Amino acid sequence: MGRKLLTEHINVEGIDTFEVYRKHGGYRSVEKAIKTMTPDEVVEEVKKSGLRGRGGAGFPTGMKWSFLAKPEGVPRYLVCNADESEPGTFKDRQLMSKLPHLLVEGMITSSYALGANTSYIYIRGELLYVLRILEKAIAEAYANGFLGKNILGSGYDLDLYVHPGGGAYICGEETALLESLEGKRGNPRNKPPFPAVQGLYARPTVVNNVESIAAVVPIVNDGGDEYAKIGVGKSTGTKLISACGHLNKPGIYEIELGVPVEEFIYSDEYCGGIWKGRDLKAVVAGGSSVPILPKELILKTAAGENRLMTYESLSDGGFVTGTMLGSGGFIAMDDTTCIVRNTWNFSRFYHHESCGQCSPCREGTGWLEKILHRLEHGHGSERDIDVLASVAKQIEGNTICPLGEAAAWPVSAAIRHFREEFEWHIRYPQEATRPGAVFPGKAVLA
Amino acid sequence: MAKITFDGIEVEVPDGTTILNAARAIGGGIVPPAMCYYTPLKGSGGKCRACLVRVAAGSAKDPRPMPKLVASCVTPVQDGMVVENTTSEQVLNVRKGIVEMLLINHPLDCPVCDQAGECDLQNFAFEHGVSTTRYEEERRTFEKIDIGPLIQLHMTRCILCYRCVYTADQLTEQRVHGVLGRGDAAEIGTYIENIIDNEFSGNVIDVCPVGALTDKTFRFKQRVWFTKPVNAHRDCENPKCCGNVVLWYKGKDVLRVTARKDQYGEVKEWICNTCRFDKKETSDWTIEGPAHIDRSSVISANHYELPVLNQSIVADLPESSTRDLEQNPPMRLGN
Amino acid sequence: MSFPTDSPPKPQFSEAAKAEIDRICKQYPAERRKSAMLPVLHIAQAEFGGWVAPEVQDLVAEVLGVKPIEVYEVSTFYTMFNLKPVGKHVLEICRTGPCQLRGSDELTLELERITGAKVGGGPSADGLFTLKEVECLAACGFAPVVQVREKYYEQLDTEASVNAMLSELRNMVHRPALPWEEKGLPNAVANN
Repeated sequence: MGRKLLTEHINVEGIDTFEVYRKHGGYRSVEKAIKTMTPDEVVEEVKKSGLRGRGGAGFPTGMKWSFLAKPEGVPRYLVCNADESEPGTFKDRQLMSKLPHLLVEGMITSSYALGANTSYIYIRGELLYVLRILEKAIAEAYANGFLGKNILGSGYDLDLYVHPGGGAYICGEETALLESLEGKRGNPRNKPPFPAVQGLYARPTVVNNVESIAAVVPIVNDGGDEYAKIGVGKSTGTKLISACGHLNKPGIYEIELGVPVEEFIYSDEYCGGIWKGRDLKAVVAGGSSVPILPKELILKTAAGENRLMTYESLSDGGFVTGTMLGSGGFIAMDDTTCIVRNTWNFSRFYHHESCGQCSPCREGTGWLEKILHRLEHGHGSERDIDVLASVAKQIEGNTICPLGEAAAWPVSAAIRHFREEFEWHIRYPQEATRPGAVFPGKAVLA
Repeated sequence: MAKITFDGIEVEVPDGTTILNAARAIGGGIVPPAMCYYTPLKGSGGKCRACLVRVAAGSAKDPRPMPKLVASCVTPVQDGMVVENTTSEQVLNVRKGIVEMLLINHPLDCPVCDQAGECDLQNFAFEHGVSTTRYEEERRTFEKIDIGPLIQLHMTRCILCYRCVYTADQLTEQRVHGVLGRGDAAEIGTYIENIIDNEFSGNVIDVCPVGALTDKTFRFKQRVWFTKPVNAHRDCENPKCCGNVVLWYKGKDVLRVTARKDQYGEVKEWICNTCRFDKKETSDWTIEGPAHIDRSSVISANHYELPVLNQSIVADLPESSTRDLEQNPPMRLGN
Repeated sequence: MSFPTDSPPKPQFSEAAKAEIDRICKQYPAERRKSAMLPVLHIAQAEFGGWVAPEVQDLVAEVLGVKPIEVYEVSTFYTMFNLKPVGKHVLEICRTGPCQLRGSDELTLELERITGAKVGGGPSADGLFTLKEVECLAACGFAPVVQVREKYYEQLDTEASVNAMLSELRNMVHRPALPWEEKGLPNAVANN
């Protein structure tokens, strides 16, 4: 059984109240940081921990913090990215609704480290009920002297607010999030300037995912070195994995990074295997935008080594035979799943969520979806697969923000690993579009 | 000051200059195309991706190449930066892709479009695109909306450059139009029926790179290449209007009045709606002489030119470029 | 002095909503009142029957001190704001991959069959339900999922769970009160 640094007390009765949370050691990191550490020392611990951004990009959090510009007399901001919307990912919602004080505590400790006196939690609008839970927790923190003026008599002031979105995946991109927080359309900004220099209200700003902020709590409590002892190599600490799709036990699992993928899928401690006694066909391991892998490549690398739940192991083989840990949205598909249908579904998502600002994404995501829609409904033509691959390539890398890549990768990867299934849809449309049709294997194309 | 190398040519520009403007300081065929960036409009640029270039070296301090192509219109130069535009096969190929994206939903109704002949998208497609299409899906359409008696909005032609939004924001008090919706359903609109009406609203016509916003008083009157541009001015009663315009003649009739533009199609000085829409008699104006029209209008040369390619630097051009080159030999730099 | 009598009365926020808007606006720097755009639009939608009519959006513009077009640009960008009248309950059905893998397509058909409303169409004949397909609601482990206002209905893969949701909604006289409505729902909502 792995250690649970974030979710140990998640099922304790009343843990969403200040009193119970405090009884279980809550807010110790705030006391320790504010009373015994300088802000820079807190940043140093986070650097030592090796914590990598848990929102999906995996950028080292401590390094991100050290980039924050600190001009004299200019306010700076910490903004928590709680716009969780990457398909397959639902960890932040669980964490915030059950352990609201953990995020509040992390925000206070992190704001202190960054010298922010006003911080925001930007939560996706669909989670208004979680916003209410967080606002209640924040009110309790104010009432107990952990927020507001002169926190714990230290002279440090912090105001913390929760801000709802309005329904837009793109606002998970940090500069779109900041635009949205300023009351505008969620159009990502051109970079540079980066938020660390000009972020919210053109002030230096750090944007961190919910889980990253929460992880600061055990890092400060136990020290960055202790945190870094968990995990494998540069994948340190624990990670919340959102397990979903055709699993016997979907849900949130806090794992120590390094658990073998096979164990994660099949052991009873985690997902308990594939539902209905079926076989596994494919996995999207890090949220819908990362490359899909067939069973044989998700369980073992191309070199035949066991694939582990780490940043490095999952990306072993690059995009040819590997994928990414991403946000930890782990979507399993059984052997009856239609990959074309699933790829179309994801393309529809990115088409729907493109902000429409830059031309490759605005036009390209729609193009991908339309072709895939035709294919899935039995109206494909021979050249469609090549056009799909080429359009995906035309989007990738040429857009303002990473939504372009997010839209392109799933299509490229599905073609890379499941090309025969696409061909089957084109050559045998009647069979392929029959309700409940299952790809019989590449022999059918011979 | 920062010294950069652009397509093998060195240029020194003030710190903070964008790569695009550094290239414009060199001039000629190496200048990247720009469909959304517009110097007089603060905040414009970065959207159309037509001006993507490759940064082969980030700066003298950190000479690593940038991992992705960058939008030259919004990326500032660094001292020692090395940039490739026409010398990069990757850039030219990506640009072909951008043309394709901008055209898949474009109606291609040039024969009935008043912008034809001075359309940035025509130029861009001609210079950088391919002559076939792979797009088999239905083209996007929009509900038509009326924005008043002076300006015609054709949303299907719009490439969402946002220039008209910035114009209304920065030139007028009460912007009533904006970008509504999102993704490929995003459109220029007023939401509730609303007439775009203020003394500088006509400038949105001049900034529009395509035929999405055209002059209703000029509608279907004449193809632009049959008109003769003449510089003229008047002592405009509006203190914010410069009164310097171009009159577009057919015979003795002034068919259209526009602001004056530079060689990159950018308005030099804004004009008011009175000058643009109400002063269409020669007697309203002091005539200065024929206007020089740069490459952004088909009138200037009566033919299009391929971008200058610095062949000595490109070792292996893509096959399609080689074919284009053989058919239409480009101008060479320097000689 | 005379007032036009034929134009509809201008919408007004209830006192409770006004107080909540004041509280929210204080969260941002004074010159950044526009920041309150999304939270105020959410309040407006809750106050005025589950959708934001143009005149309601104009009211939001007035409250925030911005141009009306700035509100329209935002309300049409974000999918949570309903721009047309809706039924009493808007069922937002997640259609994205993880939900589709566990039966969201079938759920949508079933909800269309039971309520008589069509996804993307107007409210059901009884005025009770509007069906809306939405993208990922971040509840993938509990698929398939429907959101109604602030509540998530999860694991709707059995007849019983779907019926339980619908009967709960059918028996609901008013929408649940929001935190700032301690003293009761605004009259306009309660009389709806």
